[in-house]
Amino acid sequence: MTVFGVPLPAILGQLMLGLVNGSFYALLSLGLAVIFGLLGIVNFAHGAFYMLGAFAAYIALQFFGVNYWGALILAPLAVGLLGVVIERLFLRRLYRLDPLYGLLLTFGIALIAEGVMRGLFGASGKSYPVPTLLQGGLNLGFMVLPIYRAWVVLASLTVCGMTWLLIERTRLGATLRAATENAQLVQAFGINVPLLVTSTYGAGVALAALAGVLAAPVVQVSPLMGSSLVIVVFAVVVIGGKGSITGAIVSGLVLGLIEGLTKVVYPEASNIVVFVIMAVVLMWRPSGLFGKE
Amino acid sequence: MRAHTVVYVALAILALAAPILGLYPVFLMKVLCFAMFACAFNLLLGFTKMLSFGHAAYFGSSAYVTGWLVAVNGWGTIEGILAGVAVAMLLGLVIGAIAVRRQGIYFAMITLALAQLVFFVCLQAKFTGGENGLQGIPRGSVFGMIDLGRDKTMYYFVLAVFVAVYILISRIVHSPFGQVLKAIRANEPRAVSIGYEIERYKLAAFVLSASFAGLAGSLKALVLGFATLSDVNQGTSGEVILMTLLGGSGTFLGPVVGANIVVTLQEYLSDLVGAWVSVIIGAIFVVCVMIFRRGFVGEIQRMYAARKRP
Repeated sequence: MTVFGVPLPAILGQLMLGLVNGSFYALLSLGLAVIFGLLGIVNFAHGAFYMLGAFAAYIALQFFGVNYWGALILAPLAVGLLGVVIERLFLRRLYRLDPLYGLLLTFGIALIAEGVMRGLFGASGKSYPVPTLLQGGLNLGFMVLPIYRAWVVLASLTVCGMTWLLIERTRLGATLRAATENAQLVQAFGINVPLLVTSTYGAGVALAALAGVLAAPVVQVSPLMGSSLVIVVFAVVVIGGKGSITGAIVSGLVLGLIEGLTKVVYPEASNIVVFVIMAVVLMWRPSGLFGKE
Repeated sequence: MRAHTVVYVALAILALAAPILGLYPVFLMKVLCFAMFACAFNLLLGFTKMLSFGHAAYFGSSAYVTGWLVAVNGWGTIEGILAGVAVAMLLGLVIGAIAVRRQGIYFAMITLALAQLVFFVCLQAKFTGGENGLQGIPRGSVFGMIDLGRDKTMYYFVLAVFVAVYILISRIVHSPFGQVLKAIRANEPRAVSIGYEIERYKLAAFVLSASFAGLAGSLKALVLGFATLSDVNQGTSGEVILMTLLGGSGTFLGPVVGANIVVTLQEYLSDLVGAWVSVIIGAIFVVCVMIFRRGFVGEIQRMYAARKRP
C-alpha cells in the first residue's frame, strides 16, 4: 500500500520517529515554559542540561555500573541539583534586571557545560545501550514497532501529563501559578517564593535531564547534542504561546509529527519546517497558538 | 570632549601604523571585520535595546554570496561585496519584519530560530559547498588598479571601509532617526504615544544593522579567502554578542574593544587550550553578565564622568 507514492510502512516509521522527537520537544519545552513562566528567564542552557542528563547516564553506566533504570532517577536528580546551585549562585541576582541578561547568562553556562564535556570526552558521539527489558520490536502486522521508542513516547507523555496535573490541579500548582501572576502578593501571604523559584528551576532542569536519559539509547551521546535542539525547542515555545503549559506539550508533539511527515514528503526541508511554521504562526498570531495576550 | 579627540587620534595613528609596527596584517583585518560586525550589532543592542541572537545569518550569508560570486562566477570585488550586502539587507528585511512584531526576549528567540533556518539552508544549498564551505576566494582588485592580493594593501582597504562604516553608524545614531531609536529604547509605550510608528523604526534599524553585518562578512570572506558554516552558525551570533557586551554595549568604541579582545583570545587560546576555549568564552560571558554589565568602555566612561563631577 502506498500514499503519495511512498510505502505506508515508511510513512508510519517516520511518524513514529516524529512522535519520539515530539516527545522530547514536549518534555523540553514544558520545562522551558514552566521556568519562563515563573522566573521570566529563557533558559538557553536547557539543551546543555539535556546533554548533561544523557552524559550522566553514560558516566553512571561506564564508571559506576548504574543501569538505565537507576540513571532514569539519579541523572535528573543530579542535574536538577546543579540547576538549583546555578539558580542560587547566579540567576537569583539577575531577577531585577532585564530578562535578556538571564538569556545571556544561561547561554554562557551552556557554552561552559558543552566545552567541559568536549574537553573531557571529546566531540565524537558515544552510544548507550538499549536496556534489555526494552529491546526488540513488536510486530504490528503493518510495521515493526521498536519497544524502546514506544516506551520513550509513553514515558514522556506520562511525565508531561503528571506535570500538567501538578500545575493545573493541585494546591502547589495553584501557588505556583499565583506566584507567576504576582510574586510579591504571594510572598505577602507567607509563602516562601524564593524557595518556590529555586525548586521550579531545579524541576525544569530535571525534566530536561530526564529527556536526556530517555534520548541516550536512541541518539548518540555527544557534547553538542543539545545545542541545536534548544533552538528548535525555543521555536516550539514561541509557537505554543507565552507561558502556556498545554501549548508547550501539544505543539511539541504536533511539531515532532510534522517534522516526521516532512522527512517522508520532502526530506531536505525536515530541518527547517519547525522554523517555517514558527514564522507563519507569528505572522498570523503574534502571541502564539495558545498565548493569552 | 578633548579626551575623546585624544583617544581617536591615538587610535587612528595606531591603526595606520599597525602593519609597519610588525603586527600580522591578516590578524588585524580579521579584528577589523569582527569589530565592524560588532558595531553593526551594537546599533541594535546598544542603541535600540533589541537583542538579535542570530546576527551570524547576515554575516555568513553575505560572506557566502560574495565568495560564490567572486570565486565561482568571476565577479569583481566591489560588485561581489555589494551583492553580498544586498542579500544580507534583504534577509534582514524579511527576518526583521517577522521579529519586530515581538519585544525583548521573544525578539531574541525569534531571531535565533530564523537564523537557524538560514544556517540549515546554507548547510544544504549547493552553492555554499556544504560542510566544506567555499575555499580559495580571490581578493581581486578595486577601481581597476589597486591589487588587493598584498596583505598590506588589503589592510588599508579594509581599514578605510571600517572607518567609513564607523562614522556612518555614529552619524545614524546622532541623526533624528537615531534619537527616535533612543526614545524607543528608553520607553516604548511613550514613543508610541508620541506618535511614532515604532515597528517601522525598529525594522529600519534592523535592516541597517543586518546590512553592515553583511558588509563585515563579505570583507571577512575576501580577507581570509574562505566562507564556511561557522560564519553562519549560532556560535558566531554568540561571539558578536560577547564582543559588544564585553567592550560596552551602547558605547561607540565598546564593540571595537570587545572584538579586539575576543578575536585575540581565540587566536592565542585555541593553540594553548584547544577545546577548552569555549569554556573560557562561556566564563567571560558569565562574568560580563554578573558583574561587568557596562563593559570596558562603559566602565571607563563612568569613572571619567564620576571624576569630572565635583
